[in-house]
Amino acid sequence: MRNDAIERPTSLSNDEVARYSRHLIMPEVGMAGQLKLRTARALCIGAGGLGSPVALYLAAAGVGRIGIADFDVVDYSNLQRQIIHGTPDVGRSKLESAKSRLNALNPEVEVVMHEMALSSENALHLFADYDMVIDGTDNFPTRYLVNDACVMSGKPNVYGSIFRFEGQASVFATRGGPCYRCMFPEPPPPGLVPSCAEGGVLGVLPGIVGTIQATEAIKLILGEGEPLIGRVLLVDALKMRFRELKVRQDPDCPVCGTQPTVTELIDYEQFCGITPTVTDEAASPESTDDVTVRELKSRLDRQDSFLLLDVREPQEFEICRIPGSVLIPLNELPARLSEIEGRDDMIVHCKSGVRSGKAVKLLHEAGYGQARNLKGGILAWIDEIDTSLPKY
Amino acid sequence: MATKILIPTPLRTYTAMQDTIEVEGSTVGELLSNMTSTYTELRKHLFTEEGKLRNFVNIYVNDDDIRYLDKEETPVSPDDTVSIVPSVAGGRS
Repeated sequence: MRNDAIERPTSLSNDEVARYSRHLIMPEVGMAGQLKLRTARALCIGAGGLGSPVALYLAAAGVGRIGIADFDVVDYSNLQRQIIHGTPDVGRSKLESAKSRLNALNPEVEVVMHEMALSSENALHLFADYDMVIDGTDNFPTRYLVNDACVMSGKPNVYGSIFRFEGQASVFATRGGPCYRCMFPEPPPPGLVPSCAEGGVLGVLPGIVGTIQATEAIKLILGEGEPLIGRVLLVDALKMRFRELKVRQDPDCPVCGTQPTVTELIDYEQFCGITPTVTDEAASPESTDDVTVRELKSRLDRQDSFLLLDVREPQEFEICRIPGSVLIPLNELPARLSEIEGRDDMIVHCKSGVRSGKAVKLLHEAGYGQARNLKGGILAWIDEIDTSLPKY
Repeated sequence: MATKILIPTPLRTYTAMQDTIEVEGSTVGELLSNMTSTYTELRKHLFTEEGKLRNFVNIYVNDDDIRYLDKEETPVSPDDTVSIVPSVAGGRS
């Protein structure tokens, strides 16, 4: 077991004075503040869109120990926003990639890699070694887990979240302040709120929100200014508007209220309505009746008469398409059923099979009983049939 | 006179991509009900089948959560701005 605390230094080396001089000459930081930063221990959950700027700025600021929990490898599609990773890092573990970037930026800070998916079994043990947790995750179960574990271990939860052009930031679970559950008591049912992988995100947005999180983390360490406690900052990058809403501590909050009912970490997948059997993106209620891409290929080759319906968005259709497909985005489908009248024999596809699963359900209810879902969507088509198409 | 409702990105699919909707009404409940009678697809995202506001949908009048005001009975005037604030989870991937 690693020694928990960082040795408390009483002075900075000449190199450190040179490095942090712009901090040292400010009264809000000064020598005392810089020494606080050097003994601080911050844990970033996720080394992705938000984790990138958070970890970079904390390292640059001289935060003594930066822990990063992640288990992913760097992919080309990450580089549009995950600025801690570079093109040569594609295929490398995100932790390794982040650690070498942070070490190059500031060899004075200790970077601790936690190669793991955060879980109810490991969260409290992991959080014990840190002063605060910075939430840069991408799903509801982990967000509730991070929050509850922060409340239970008395560590502030520096929260940030993004979708397309909009972001949210706050500081939860401080003493006397509200927690994430005070603001969002219940998660939305799975599938209702699209993820960034489904809905997209402006690459610079995690830069804006992540630097706000890093700012809040540094303020908490210094004990300076007014942290985003009891407030949530909403960022709309498209309009470039920042708004602020009040967040109150809910006395009936099941985790941080006066009589908490959740006193140990629970099953967060279950809490978020995710049952183990349908966590696979491609799984859908109609899965037994799904069409494989090979079946589709042979029907196309035979020039069978059927409708190949693509329910993705026009932007996705522009990137790649299966020849002969007709585009009607899922959300327009109910209003455009007349366009497919009489075309009962139908194969429906999207990117990976989730949206088309919903479309098939909708079509069945509308009387198109023969509509079938393409298993794995166009991604499976690219993998197995036409590898010349670009994957996104 | 109508009151402004700010629509968050994930719900704009159901409002013909409009980010702001002006609706008549003297309480939050009336505004939402008038809005969802025009944008019917929005209804099931905001309300349960029994017509109750969903627990994960946060409604603010100016900067205050209506759960700490008079909930759906919270009075509104044309000077107020009503916001729908959804949970969003993105960040790592």
